Amino acid sequence: MAEPAIKVTGLTKRFGDFVANDHLDLTINFGEVHALLGENGAGKTTMMNMLSGILIPTSGTIEVRGKAAHLQSAKDATALGIGMVHQHFMLVENFSVIDNIILGAEPTKGGKIDRTKAKKDIMALSEKYRLRIEPDAKIEDISVGMQQRVEILKVLYRQADILIFDEPTAVLTPQEIDELLDIMRQLASEGKAVVLISHKLAELRQVADVITIIRRGKKIDTVPASTSTAELADKMVGRHVNFARERVPMPEGAPVLEVKDLVVEDKDKVAHVRDLSLMLRGGEILGLAGIDGNGQSEFVKAITGLLPVTAGQILIGGKDLTHATPREVTEASVGHIPEDRQRFGLVMPMDLVENMSLQTYYKPPLSHHGVMDTKVMVQTTEQLLDDYDVRHANLQQKAGDLSGGNQQKLIIARELSRDPQLVIAMNPTRGLDVGAIEFIHAQLLKARAAGHAVLLISFELDEVRQLSDRIAVIHNGHIVGESATSDLTEQQIGLMMTGETLEHAKEATHEN
Amino acid sequence: MRIKNTWISGLGIPLTSIFLGLLVGAIIMLLSGFDPISNYVNMFTGALGSANAIGEVLRSATPLMLTALGFAVANYAGFFNIGLAGQALVGWLASVAFANAFPGLPSILIIPGALIVAALAGAFWSGLAGYFRAYFGANEVITTIMLNYIALYATNAIVKAYMTVGDGDYSKMIPKAARLRTPFLEQLTQNSTFHYGIILSVLAVFFIAWLLKKTTLGFEIRAVGMSEDASRYAGMSPKRTIMASMLISGALCGLGGAMEGLGNFQNIIVNTALPSIGFDGMSVALLAAGSPIGILFAALLFGTLSIGGLNISIAATTPPEITSIVVASIIFFVGANYIIRYWFAKLRKPAKPTASTPVPPAATDTKEVHS
Repeated sequence: MAEPAIKVTGLTKRFGDFVANDHLDLTINFGEVHALLGENGAGKTTMMNMLSGILIPTSGTIEVRGKAAHLQSAKDATALGIGMVHQHFMLVENFSVIDNIILGAEPTKGGKIDRTKAKKDIMALSEKYRLRIEPDAKIEDISVGMQQRVEILKVLYRQADILIFDEPTAVLTPQEIDELLDIMRQLASEGKAVVLISHKLAELRQVADVITIIRRGKKIDTVPASTSTAELADKMVGRHVNFARERVPMPEGAPVLEVKDLVVEDKDKVAHVRDLSLMLRGGEILGLAGIDGNGQSEFVKAITGLLPVTAGQILIGGKDLTHATPREVTEASVGHIPEDRQRFGLVMPMDLVENMSLQTYYKPPLSHHGVMDTKVMVQTTEQLLDDYDVRHANLQQKAGDLSGGNQQKLIIARELSRDPQLVIAMNPTRGLDVGAIEFIHAQLLKARAAGHAVLLISFELDEVRQLSDRIAVIHNGHIVGESATSDLTEQQIGLMMTGETLEHAKEATHEN
Repeated sequence: MRIKNTWISGLGIPLTSIFLGLLVGAIIMLLSGFDPISNYVNMFTGALGSANAIGEVLRSATPLMLTALGFAVANYAGFFNIGLAGQALVGWLASVAFANAFPGLPSILIIPGALIVAALAGAFWSGLAGYFRAYFGANEVITTIMLNYIALYATNAIVKAYMTVGDGDYSKMIPKAARLRTPFLEQLTQNSTFHYGIILSVLAVFFIAWLLKKTTLGFEIRAVGMSEDASRYAGMSPKRTIMASMLISGALCGLGGAMEGLGNFQNIIVNTALPSIGFDGMSVALLAAGSPIGILFAALLFGTLSIGGLNISIAATTPPEITSIVVASIIFFVGANYIIRYWFAKLRKPAKPTASTPVPPAATDTKEVHS
């Protein structure tokens, strides 16, 4: 291939102080499947959003077919033959498959949409690439796998020859994944350029020609797909980091949280948590490592009463709380630092006093017989804001006006000041600066030192390793392995996060 | 469609709404060849120029305070109650029916009894919509609108079938003991329809202000309205809270209806349309940006406009239709105060950040998400 499909030089994207992409260089050729590998937040999607015109680069150049491209919108990208198959489908639920595909590029005849022609063209494409669809079905009635095929056809219908797939397998069944990988290979063999964003090593090695690894916005390396899984994991997860978090030795405590064969299904009967079992003792931190979307949020919501449990059992402090309401869980001495602090942890338009009182407003000393004691609420809030160093202007400030770090500190003050026997913290430091991270880690370790159990769920492997006594790795809603932190290397955890079992992970890393 | 209560909406926005409404009214009068200044002078003297006029203004504001509070309470929980009129109507019917059913009771029993029955009737009516929303996810805008029509025609049917005198279109008058209008008040206000109901309305204003601010139920109502996810996380039950707010809302509207039944009309008539205290109450609540104390003043303003409006056509040759247009345009700008709020917001931050510092999509102003 003479001309590269896309050549990216020094591509940089900043969001304020945060550098999402830092001088990336990348060449994508026609006839190739080029995989982008990296952890969450490494900057893969940011880069692809720039290639598809959704984001505008801060600096750097993008060349498409050897010509400098200035992509200002998704339309520009489409005109250049670049098409993106999004992670979250962009389909109109109650439109038919055909209508979704032609939407925005409708063929017309005498001012009317020519559906006959559209259908003919689409079915030809569908047959050529073996993308099975039901052209007249409505999107809401077809499977997720078929919805994805519709997305792909949408891109092909617009005559794209550079196709970007953003985490396409996240929502598919294993069989659908195999079909999709075949389709990608076929597209490449037709001479199209295919870019695949993923962090699932096995898939990448199966389908890609070359793999580029991105970490913290920087390109680490471009390697052939024949590179060993262990080496890829190593490059993805990164160098050795300093685990300077001090953990005082603690005697083995009594079991605080016991989860037995937990199953959580959503409304469509899709299981997000499958036969998950865990045990957590007082005085220890159990880290649950895993890639985003492997059932962590559903697991946490099920334990905290926010999602119904389909099967299995949850015991907290020996008490059966399988079908408990959120308040019953809280009353069982559980502190919950939720995944999405702005959506769940705080009522953003309410002031600091009200937010600090959110879990205890209904009982003494904050209220008596349904009437709240504002004076006590204010005093308690002032004390906690002080103790936990929440920087604020005044008590009437809205929680939404605090910085992210201070919002999280407020939640931590509220949840930990109740001295809960079980602390559930999901991504407690996501998006925070180093100072706030230190503080929050120290608070979690303090809870541990007080003999409480801490369940830490985090997408940040470093964080899990720094804080946890034991690590369990979740993949596809199931615990694939569990071991003392000291027994596991980052590589092994990285491998397990992609679905390898503990034994395989250990074997693979002993190879070299 | 959430009411936001900031200082700017506290005074600046309602005053701008009123000013713009009067301005448009003036333009319409000019275009139609009438003198806006003399008409507006007539309007205000008509509303405030005599004891009778003031009595009428207060009487007209009385039910509006209650229906507006009803709207506000539901709205705090994130529920858009358009069924104020229907809930008021069933309350009106219930109060008159109760009073006529127990004509022998003394005032001390018959008035509280009629009020309680009216509140229960209104609460039942709104509770239906609340129940369908909380447990079946039915859109409350549709259910409350439909319940309005059911209330209108069912009430008319009941009045015609059981309550009319002869073949008239109205029920018999309620017993003297149940009446909120008294000779003393009539004397005081030169035979206006002013009645004691205003005491109840003002008490309700302060009660609801206290309920929202100081009670755990009020806290839950506000939290659920602002963030259902966070309130579930905090162990509140959004369903129960929505039900509670709807029951309170309907009870207030039912009381608003009782003000018509026991005070203004002292009977019930066959209505050709839904009582205006429903939709006017909504406008009052919006003008007050949900603040109970604000509702007190906004209701008085509405009373002034509607009573003063009558005087335009009495005092001048201006036809009553023009008056209606003027009042309607003020209400329009009050209802459209979201637009004014938008202008205010634009005025406060005129310049956009330059292109050199793009803002990440994830970091866009989350404060606005809930509005």
